[in-house]
Amino acid sequence: MNSTLDKFFGGKQGGIGLLVLAALILVVFPLALDSFRLNMVGKYLTYAFVAVGLVLCWGYGGILSLGQGIFFGLGGYCMAMFLKLEASDPESTKIQSTPGIPDFMDWNQITELPLFWQPFQSFGFTLLAVVAVPAILALVIGMAMFKRRVGDVYFSIVTQAIAAILTILIIGQQGLTGGVNGITDLKTLLGWDIRTDEAKIILYFVNAALLLGCILIGRFILASKLGRLLMAMRDKEERVRFSGYDVASFKIFVFCVAASFSAIGGAMFTLQVGFMSPSFVGIVPSIEMVIFAAVGGRMSLLGAVYGALLVNYGKTVFSESFPELWLYFMGGLFIAVVMYFPNGLAGLWHSHASKWLARLRLPSRRQPPAAAAQPAEQPPASGAGTIDAVPAKQLESTP
Amino acid sequence: MEWLSEFGAIAAMQGFNGLSVFCVLLLMALGLAIIFGQMGVINMAHGEFLTVGAYTTYLVSVLTLKYLPELQPYYFFVAIVLSFVIAGALGWLAEWALISKLYHRPLDTLLATWGLSLVMQQAFRSIFGAREVSASMPDWLMGSFNPTDAIDIPRNGLFVMAVTLLLTAAIFFLLYRSRWGLQVRATVQNRVMSRAVGINTKKVDRMTFALGCGVAGVAGAAFTTIGSTGPTSGSLYIVDTFLVVVFGGAASLFGTIASAFSIAQTQSIAEFFISGSMAKVLTLSAVILILMLRPQGLFSIKVRK
Amino acid sequence: MDSKLTGSSRRLPRRLAQGAAALSMLAMSIFASTASAEVNTTGLAVTDTEVVVGQLHSATGTMAISETGSIQAERLAIEQINASGGILGRQIKVIQEDGASDWPTFAEKAKKLLERDKVAAVFGCWTSASRKAVLPIFERENGLLYYPTFYEGLEQSKNVVYTGQEATQQILAGLDWVAKEKGAKTFYLLGSDYIWPRTSMKIARKHIENVLGGKVVGEEYYPLGNTQFGSLTNKIKLRKPDVIFAAVVGGSNVAFYKQLKAAGITADKQTLLTLSVTEDELLGIGGENMAGFYASMKYFQSLDNPNNAEFVKAFKAKYGSDAVIGDVTQAAYLGPWLWKAAVEKAGSFDVDKVVAASAGLELDTAPEGYVKVHENQHLWSKTRIGQVQADGQFSVVYESDLIEPNPFPKGYQ
Repeated sequence: MNSTLDKFFGGKQGGIGLLVLAALILVVFPLALDSFRLNMVGKYLTYAFVAVGLVLCWGYGGILSLGQGIFFGLGGYCMAMFLKLEASDPESTKIQSTPGIPDFMDWNQITELPLFWQPFQSFGFTLLAVVAVPAILALVIGMAMFKRRVGDVYFSIVTQAIAAILTILIIGQQGLTGGVNGITDLKTLLGWDIRTDEAKIILYFVNAALLLGCILIGRFILASKLGRLLMAMRDKEERVRFSGYDVASFKIFVFCVAASFSAIGGAMFTLQVGFMSPSFVGIVPSIEMVIFAAVGGRMSLLGAVYGALLVNYGKTVFSESFPELWLYFMGGLFIAVVMYFPNGLAGLWHSHASKWLARLRLPSRRQPPAAAAQPAEQPPASGAGTIDAVPAKQLESTP
Repeated sequence: MEWLSEFGAIAAMQGFNGLSVFCVLLLMALGLAIIFGQMGVINMAHGEFLTVGAYTTYLVSVLTLKYLPELQPYYFFVAIVLSFVIAGALGWLAEWALISKLYHRPLDTLLATWGLSLVMQQAFRSIFGAREVSASMPDWLMGSFNPTDAIDIPRNGLFVMAVTLLLTAAIFFLLYRSRWGLQVRATVQNRVMSRAVGINTKKVDRMTFALGCGVAGVAGAAFTTIGSTGPTSGSLYIVDTFLVVVFGGAASLFGTIASAFSIAQTQSIAEFFISGSMAKVLTLSAVILILMLRPQGLFSIKVRK
Repeated sequence: MDSKLTGSSRRLPRRLAQGAAALSMLAMSIFASTASAEVNTTGLAVTDTEVVVGQLHSATGTMAISETGSIQAERLAIEQINASGGILGRQIKVIQEDGASDWPTFAEKAKKLLERDKVAAVFGCWTSASRKAVLPIFERENGLLYYPTFYEGLEQSKNVVYTGQEATQQILAGLDWVAKEKGAKTFYLLGSDYIWPRTSMKIARKHIENVLGGKVVGEEYYPLGNTQFGSLTNKIKLRKPDVIFAAVVGGSNVAFYKQLKAAGITADKQTLLTLSVTEDELLGIGGENMAGFYASMKYFQSLDNPNNAEFVKAFKAKYGSDAVIGDVTQAAYLGPWLWKAAVEKAGSFDVDKVVAASAGLELDTAPEGYVKVHENQHLWSKTRIGQVQADGQFSVVYESDLIEPNPFPKGYQ
């Protein structure tokens, strides 16, 4: 039943949804917002990459990674290293004791470019590294964890610990990484000044296009057999395994995809904001990124984008007017989304607005729209091995 | 000869330090281990329940100094009991309002309790201010105890150790020797059967959660002797705490103890020979590595889900 | 500075496209009097009666602990300036933004303040990381930032006035003092693991080894937020340094001093000189846990001079008698006053003119005493050594001469 519905929604209504989103971020925002606000939206959209990845691996795969900041950060750092090298040409760094290397290295008595920095002089390598480095790390983590059938909660905590370790490492090795300040003062990309308003606008569109591309890839994955298997695994992993599928490989794959998406977001963040710092790698931002997906709807790729936009917009507005209230609001949001709107905005849309729309437009459809919307309305099982569509009471009496 | 005795003294103090770190880790992990082990719930607000205990201690110390200054040396005992009660009561409330609605969705409780932790942090900031505060310590808790001239044993370390031992013993007694503990263990092993034989599993859950939070409160009170009291103090402990519990294996208090011990010793010994920062990375990496080889943790008991 | 040139030529079209609010404001100022057009030629938010400034600190998050004092001090200074007639006859209006202890948020808010609010100056930032995050924005938009924290140096921007000390000012005088007064030869360097402690310790090591002829017997860094210092106290006992030179920050600070005391390392047996404990931190540590140790700062609340007496009185009147004032709080208080002096000297709010007027500016009403702005936009200031008292205050035991700021010290890099 799921597969037909997926094709159904992914096909027509999903197409409309995608068009609406594309129109919003490609036409409405650029026309309605000044360059300052547009740049802010661009920054929010880079978080949406992470949220889209989380929809894939958490909403559909049941893998809740609390360390997506790792990948966002790695992607961002790869890009930042390239930009920093370009900004550190011998001419503009001539006051240093060793001209031609990044300023923070000079402050830390490093006299030549470390080996692992050198490939980042090549733009091609950098583009490859942005996607490949995080994906390889995700592969290693995934191989270790999923092949040995590490449970969901363990996995979450272990990803958290990895995020903590990486933060400590980056901060500790400041001669190589810029430390707690991060890599700042990035200027040009292949000679093109990324700080001007025109550049920001172009980068905004590149970012938006990449995001839409990621959503399409996500759609493609979910519409394939893999998507159905993922959901089956999330709900009854053992049965999928007994049916002869290699459950771990699927999990690893979707985790790697989510990591690559996050990394692209990170790289675009660096380009648009002009710096990268370890504060994106840690535990707190990683969990915040989960809430973007949760608010948008953990089962909806498009919802994730709206979630990232709304939460960040709320953050900006709230912290401008009521800095004191912001944390209450954010905390309340976590609780409310989990308790009352487990499907987030997308769930609300499906259960209310789309019903109304469907009644308006498709009165003669054989399948009642209410029933059509139902699967998305069910709270998704967030842990493998549970079926949340079954009320808790009922489950308790099922051994 | 002299350097030998000095070497002995340093070795003794370093040994004590290892034990002391062990007690700190165990104390902060106990509450979480009870909740995670018995209920399968990850309480991300655990650090904030620690902070509740710390602020309670601070308040008691301020009130004592103001109204009963002659009792200042003894206020700490009252503070510990009150910390347990207040943190426990808040935990009871949280279970009633939040957690009880989210069983069977462990990842969602994780997010909901994270939200709770944000709310609690801001509440601390609104009530006590953003700045750190300091409870005035009774004299008998300050300074060091000298068995010989060369050896300084921190009194606050001894105190934390005593609290840890008592608390661990009490929890063992509760879980393995009391009727209530029997109910808890029965619920963990087979919830449905437990209900069938007349155990009110909801009540058991609520009490377990409250107990875990209360224990966190006691830990927070004890930590005022060695650490800071501020709105975000609790979050300093949280990563280590989770690692201890996961490394030890769910549902096993022995596992938690063993894991706290091994992590503490690794950390303490590594710190002595290399820089603190690298020691931390080394310890965390070792834990992750072992977790990857043995994802279920050091000890685990088979339960029927 | 080519960035400035491209900045202003590029800003022109956008300014034309500004919202109605800015236009009407501009129109008002043109018709009401020519004065505003004269003192403000770059489109800042200045009217005949008002000038808008920004305040950018963390009111929430982990840094709120430290930044609260700066927010309060800047507010106080601005209120006092307004009460005494404002700047060039204009009252100062403050737009406060919350950086929320998050560096990108700092960058975003800095952009908002400069691009949208067109503030004439910003008082803000605390950590180096937040300053580094906003710096390119200030340089590009040609804004003006008054930065209050003592910091690691290695930076000099014409768009920033550094009202705190740079590392050499704070460190060298302190080390000279312990070497001379305490006869210190061996040092144990210790800090939290990030750029400020590491840079400070690097400077300290060079000075100890090359100038003082002493020896560094240990150098260590602990992760931010570390709470266990037991192994460290044992290592200190093993190496027996004459002086522990410490730059531990945040929650770690409290744990460090409590555990130091518990390990029997107290002022009667051990000299300790710190760079990171002000009256603010002592609130959390508890004076009794640190009594007798020394701190090297340019300002202590207990400084005995009429300027300071007045400042402390005003501060306590506004924020309660329990309020404490640390080094950074005082430096933050200087920001608005230095800006006022520079604007009045320049006769204009234009950033370039204010910057030009800043060099050589003298202020003898500062609570810390006389200060002077160097051409590198740092302050000439004295360094004091304070000894911690059990009541959470410092008693000043030494005062240096006026020290020249030197953010790029030769031979210390």
